[in-house]
Amino acid sequence: MAEVVEQEKEVKVAKEPLFSKKNRKLFTDPITDDNPITIQVLGICSALAITAELKASIVMSIAVLFVLGVGNVVISLMRNIIPQKIRIIVQLIVVATLVIIVDLVLKAFAYELSKTLSVFVGLIITNCIIMGRFEAFALGNGPWKAFLDGLGNAAGYAVILIIVGFFRELLGSGTLLGIPVLGNPIPGEKTGLYALGYENNGFMLLAPMALIVVGLIIWVQRSRNVALIEEN
Amino acid sequence: MEKISDKNSYTVLFTIGMVIIVGSLLAFLASSLKEKIAENKRIEKQQNILYAMGVNENDESNVEFVSKNKVESEFSTYIKKQLVIQGDKIIEDDNAYLIDIKKEKELAKDAAYQRRLPLFIGEKENKTFYVVPIRGKGLWDAIWAYVGLDDKMVVQGVYFDHAGETPGLGANIKQRFFMDDFIGENLLSDGSFKGIKVAKGNADPKNIDKTDNEVDAITGSTITGDGVTAMIKSELKLYVPYFNTLK
Repeated sequence: MAEVVEQEKEVKVAKEPLFSKKNRKLFTDPITDDNPITIQVLGICSALAITAELKASIVMSIAVLFVLGVGNVVISLMRNIIPQKIRIIVQLIVVATLVIIVDLVLKAFAYELSKTLSVFVGLIITNCIIMGRFEAFALGNGPWKAFLDGLGNAAGYAVILIIVGFFRELLGSGTLLGIPVLGNPIPGEKTGLYALGYENNGFMLLAPMALIVVGLIIWVQRSRNVALIEEN
Repeated sequence: MEKISDKNSYTVLFTIGMVIIVGSLLAFLASSLKEKIAENKRIEKQQNILYAMGVNENDESNVEFVSKNKVESEFSTYIKKQLVIQGDKIIEDDNAYLIDIKKEKELAKDAAYQRRLPLFIGEKENKTFYVVPIRGKGLWDAIWAYVGLDDKMVVQGVYFDHAGETPGLGANIKQRFFMDDFIGENLLSDGSFKGIKVAKGNADPKNIDKTDNEVDAITGSTITGDGVTAMIKSELKLYVPYFNTLK
């Protein structure tokens, strides 16, 4: 009986246009008002670890976009056959398998890229956003919705990572994507801002500053949208 | 009504099925890509060795290796001899560059085993380079390097790499601004081996003093830097007896 109801639901979902308002919200909400980092406070660990430079933030964002998009679909397709008792382990296996496949293929066909990415492999597998979305969304929704939700959350994660990476690299090293933008900081040959007495803030390169930058983003976001402030 | 997916037997069967599928998928993928990956690693080693003796396509600030399709021929042009040093024995071996330093270090934990030390002798513009591969520990994972030396153990070039140091911090050991500081530094001090220290606050940020056995450290990557210091000290020391025979 339960299965029949389930099937009926499926049919209804299929009739809904692919980009209906509800579906679009699945993608756009996590970028702003339901952002995984600033609102759900997930995925903080990797946001702290790798945002010292912008390039790493971008690479990590793309990797998570891929893993979360595909992983959500896989879990969603399997949602009716996964035994309740071991669902977390099954989710973990799906993420780990996906990541290892990507890593192996890159090692064989894009070796240079794989070297840049190898640092992130462990971080992706343990990223709580991924497990969080599998558990909270993909297990209860169809593949298309799960795909949109995955992309949306990954994009929300990416936005924050890139903002944090931008400020940390700019203020910490005076570069963006490795290119000096504030002049030459080497003593004796100072140019640009450095010639005026500006110094890089080495503190920005340390992990705690990422937390403070994320905190500032949360502050800005909540003061612009008061509805987001939790009541005690 | 109990759902079938709640039953213990179903859970066990599901687990077994999943393990078999995932296991065979990964095993198949790994074994079919193995050769390609090994080939990529071999090319990388050759590129690294050549880099350490100054054969590269560097521009002003980026690391550029000899291109993939040229590396084979350049390697045989520039590398004149590959040696394996094992105790007092010195053997010539054209595949010495394939020796796995990690494995050798593992084996050497057994005191009875004499570690095989590969050494690559290259020649460029009538100058002889001795390239030494070394390996050590960073903050998160392994770090390694290829160090190009002259016969007096003065660094001519170096290439650092790592398995998983923090991006933006420890990972910067493979950036030019760090690696280039080593060029010209002495490993010896008054004729005896001292190594090169990755030092904080050594009052020589432009690295003009090449005989102080120090280079400037990277902010925020103390442990990676200490790992580099330790690696240079313990690994390059093993080659001192060989360099003594060159005098």
